[in-house]
Amino acid sequence: METLFTPYQALGGGALIGLASVLLMWTHGRIMGATGILAGFFTPSSLADWSWRAAILLGMVSAPVAYLLVSGNMPAFNVPVSTNMLVIGGLIVGCGVTLGSGCTSGHGVCGMARLSPRSIAATLTFMLTTAITVYIVRHILGM
Amino acid sequence: MKIVTAYIIGLIFGLGISISGMSNPAKVLNFFDLAGSWDGSLGLVMAAALIVAFVGYKLVFAQNKPIFDVNFYVPANRKLDVKLLSGAAIFGIGWGISGFCPGGSLPAIGNGSIEIIQFTIALIAGIFLAKAALKLFTKTAPNS
Repeated sequence: METLFTPYQALGGGALIGLASVLLMWTHGRIMGATGILAGFFTPSSLADWSWRAAILLGMVSAPVAYLLVSGNMPAFNVPVSTNMLVIGGLIVGCGVTLGSGCTSGHGVCGMARLSPRSIAATLTFMLTTAITVYIVRHILGM
Repeated sequence: MKIVTAYIIGLIFGLGISISGMSNPAKVLNFFDLAGSWDGSLGLVMAAALIVAFVGYKLVFAQNKPIFDVNFYVPANRKLDVKLLSGAAIFGIGWGISGFCPGGSLPAIGNGSIEIIQFTIALIAGIFLAKAALKLFTKTAPNS
């Protein structure tokens, strides 16, 4: 499925992702990593620890509705893969981000911005394996 | 105040994800499909997020402590290891199969589609599965 190149939305949206990362470190002293925030939500160290995680997750989930109120449309959303691939992919993502201590937001944005060698290595690794996987799925298996 | 701030930060993050297309698997997968229907948008998302975070972090880390806490919670470990790299490699395989990363999927829950619910439940199951496996492994191999 073709998608349009959207440079302005990409730059603007990316800047907001970066801004949220900076604000969370400035106010709470925390890394804006989706994996860490989600995992800690289920295994919090205290009520205070749980509540800021819950508030962030709630903010994230309410974003599409805020987007709808401002623009009049829901964000573009097309899932070009089967339910089996979503579920298998989700399980694999969950295992990988737990072992690898982070995902695109935690390593790819926050860690890289701190010039952390671990995050730079992790980001290069997952970008490469994602591209290889997409190549295999689309061009070898033809799914 | 702390909770309200956290909510607003989550909202800003979610809007960034929604506007940029990171919660749209079709767009995410096309960024990685160099041999097919390539869409370079996500490269610009990463670049813009990184530049803002890099400059912003410099300002933030010039402070002694964050506003609502006594210290910054930043990983001190800078060494590469097999667990980190294998985890990252595994994550990429899952991202390539599904088109969702955790940061892209969480705001998409607000879209209310059945696909995102299916992915998110699997994601959470995967996190707990890996946590359980890690616990088992560290118990049987105390020297590692």
